[in-house]
Amino acid sequence: MAKLEDRALAPDASLNDDIGEETRLRMFRIQVEIREAEQRAFDLFLQNLVKGTSHLSLGQEAVAAGCAAAMKPGDLSFCTYRGHAHTLARGVPIEQVLGELMQRDNGLMRGKGGSMHLTSVDHGVMGSYAIIGAHLPIACGAAWRAQYKGQSDVSVCFFGDGTTNIGAFHEALNFAAVWKLPVIFVCENNLYMEYTPIADVTAVPHPAADRAAAYGLPRIIVDGNDADEVYRTAGAAYDKARSGGGPSLIECLTYRYSGHSRADPAKYRPEGELEKWKERDPIKIYRERLKQFGVGDDVIVGIETDVKRRVDEATEKCKAAPPPSLDLLTTDVYADGGFAWRN
Amino acid sequence: MAELTYRDAVIRGIAQEMTRDPDVVFLGEDVAKAGGVFKATVGLYEQFGPLRVRDTPISEQAIMGAAMGAAMTGLKPIAEIMFSDFFAVCFDYIANEFPKSRYMSNGQVKCPLVVRTGNGGGSRFGAQHSQSVENWCMMIPGLKVVAPSTPRDVIGLLAAAVRDPDPVIFLEHKSLYATKGEVPDGEIVDRLGTASIVRPGKDATILALALMVPRALAAAEKLKAEHGIDCEVVDVRSLVPLDTQTILGSVGRTHRLFTVEENPRLCGWGAEIVSIVADEAFYDLDGPPVRITTPHIPLPAADILEDLALPSVDRIAERVKRSLEN
Repeated sequence: MAKLEDRALAPDASLNDDIGEETRLRMFRIQVEIREAEQRAFDLFLQNLVKGTSHLSLGQEAVAAGCAAAMKPGDLSFCTYRGHAHTLARGVPIEQVLGELMQRDNGLMRGKGGSMHLTSVDHGVMGSYAIIGAHLPIACGAAWRAQYKGQSDVSVCFFGDGTTNIGAFHEALNFAAVWKLPVIFVCENNLYMEYTPIADVTAVPHPAADRAAAYGLPRIIVDGNDADEVYRTAGAAYDKARSGGGPSLIECLTYRYSGHSRADPAKYRPEGELEKWKERDPIKIYRERLKQFGVGDDVIVGIETDVKRRVDEATEKCKAAPPPSLDLLTTDVYADGGFAWRN
Repeated sequence: MAELTYRDAVIRGIAQEMTRDPDVVFLGEDVAKAGGVFKATVGLYEQFGPLRVRDTPISEQAIMGAAMGAAMTGLKPIAEIMFSDFFAVCFDYIANEFPKSRYMSNGQVKCPLVVRTGNGGGSRFGAQHSQSVENWCMMIPGLKVVAPSTPRDVIGLLAAAVRDPDPVIFLEHKSLYATKGEVPDGEIVDRLGTASIVRPGKDATILALALMVPRALAAAEKLKAEHGIDCEVVDVRSLVPLDTQTILGSVGRTHRLFTVEENPRLCGWGAEIVSIVADEAFYDLDGPPVRITTPHIPLPAADILEDLALPSVDRIAERVKRSLEN
């Protein structure tokens, strides 16, 4: 495993302003929003206001921010059960995300999907999939539609390191490469499949990148804690896909601060590992980056304060929201709106 | 009107829909240049070209997932899974993805696709290329499940399936591909969720599906000729939606119910129908409903054993006669 965690805090590359302040501020806001919303989700668990399970992206914010900021309207996101971050990053309101986690009527799917299935077609979030690997072929299909209809959108598919060991990953990579589909596979390698280190169960050191050659794809590894690096790499992959160059597989090195899910205290981690990664916290890195580019403290603090206020407001709205109406139980099983299977 | 094989009806049905709607696309293993291992897609590649008729790798999950992603975003894909037994390696899509996406997303996600597959026994292929898996699909909320028995129904129900806004599992019976039937000229579009009384009768109702329909019909003729027993044969055609009104109406007239199911016995479609009839038409019955099924076994390869396993004309006729005599 590359020793990204040993790198200096500031990037050694000379300051490169290819990204621009507007996009940088947007990526900062997205990361702060994910951090605050996920932390709030965790706090709401402890108050038993978030039920069921939940999989947080604390520590992985830069991947979602960089990938989403490089997308265009109309591009499609396909997420896993660890999908809150990618959903928020596409602009879905915090209230709808928290409302779904809290299983309220104001939730994104009015409580019918829950934390693991966040979907907002209007924002290009084509679903969060709770069966490992299932959405990689599905993203291929959406990309096939774009290719067939001559449309310019790309399908971006996010998954964890553990997904690289399931069959659907390999079927999708080969399929996408053979059909030259405009799909981008983004592996968030957070070092743990669930509770087990990915290195203990994988034949190669880089679970995604080291498999790329098998599908004729370049080996791409990026610092997943640096939103700028993610943004540049993702943007290049999107451009390639849009111009008919086919799929890309990007491995983002990052780290999950919390356990796999609500039920996991993550006691399997070696002592000091979490603290080491927190030194390279993506938001800490990005705050410094903004300052290097001359963004004032007032602007940075202003964004942080605004996001906190929005998360507080969303929380209060969700707490006040009613549970889903009971008639939802049998709606939308079939396209006629109901669940009738006989006459 | 022309006589067509069931196999050629598949080709005509797909071609009819692809001609009508440019959003209909077709993918599967060996389906394009090779024309399909059952020769049920011959000529489609030549007619509609490589962008609409596409060969895939042996990757059933990729086939199903790609069909779903395309359906969610505006196409109307037809996916072929060569043998229905292979549903087991892509069952995630059948059980978890196609049917639940609309519900979980509170109606945001649409999944209008058709999965065609070669289903059923009689080909001496053994236990992993011969199964009748309609009950695997029937039990899943959100799916529709269709199994035609005639060339005309192949075209009409396939057209209805392609035009349907829900995911449809379309089970073609391998042992029917070579059978022939009269098919009208021009466009044929049927309706899902409609059973068909294929032989009226007054003494007993026999429900059958796919390959069991011609066998039930032959058994009915035998019962009439040899014993004067006049059976009504109903081709169920569509398991979901299920046309219970036609079934209950028939039982209300004949007062006896038999199901002929190719699937192994446990949890076959007939069990659900018997429970519906018991629940809603118990007092119409003059005797216990009888399910005639394959035993609870994997299908053997040897012809003599496979023939023993599947409900045969003689077994159907004998079982109906014995039951009516009691």
